[in-house]
Amino acid sequence: MTESCVCHCRVGADVINPTEVLSRVGSDEDGAALLFVGVVRNHADGRPVSGMRYDAYVDMARRELQSIAEEAAGRLGSDRVAVEHRTGELAIGEVSVAIAVSSPHRAESFDAARYVIEEIKKRLPVWKKEHYQDGSEGWVEGTVPPGTGTSSITVPELKVEG
Amino acid sequence: MCMCPRPFQGSGFLSPNDLPRRSVSVSVNTLFFASYRELVGASALAVELHDGATVADLVHELRGRGEPFDALPEEPAVAVNQSYAMLDEPLREGDEVAFIPPVAGG
Repeated sequence: MTESCVCHCRVGADVINPTEVLSRVGSDEDGAALLFVGVVRNHADGRPVSGMRYDAYVDMARRELQSIAEEAAGRLGSDRVAVEHRTGELAIGEVSVAIAVSSPHRAESFDAARYVIEEIKKRLPVWKKEHYQDGSEGWVEGTVPPGTGTSSITVPELKVEG
Repeated sequence: MCMCPRPFQGSGFLSPNDLPRRSVSVSVNTLFFASYRELVGASALAVELHDGATVADLVHELRGRGEPFDALPEEPAVAVNQSYAMLDEPLREGDEVAFIPPVAGG
């Protein structure tokens, strides 16, 4: 378990308050603060959507989100990163993810916030099921996380003795 | 590249003729999420494997049970004890092995 990062990370069913997430970053040194908010939209590939269910491997997602925040903090050069991700049933317009970062200058904040959302999509063990307006539902097509499957590392050549 | 099967792993000078050994087994707790949970109809399952078994052996064992497990992918993404792992990862007694469908957070 990572205990070193003081970044704020949360994965759970509680409603996200983006302003509160933003309030967790910022300091007198920082001239830039950024808040990214992911929201449930009412359409997917042209189909009307009425809601979304987020499933998570919660314990692992917490650890993974902590790692992502730490990596972003490394890019940012500070610990001013706060991230929250929802689980459960969400209605259209509800906030599914909020990411706040701050830094002395804007470039690092844009970079770090972008890094967090892209890594979430690549490796956070979270799945979403869309509920369509016609009453049907379906899992959103996802991404195979890195570090899984068959090794792509080249096997050292065997030296035959003798 | 296809690797040779490794039924007797890690015991340097033992040959199959040194058998019988005590048949040691390991028990792992397998977790299924999202579409895999729906596919299998369970969220957790304890599985007994032979000593030295890998994630690939676990997948093979489950798929060998037939329906509904044979609908799981041959090479699924997994996490062992909450860290992503490759299929050749060896498993130990009490490991938590999660089958991870393609992820879609955000």
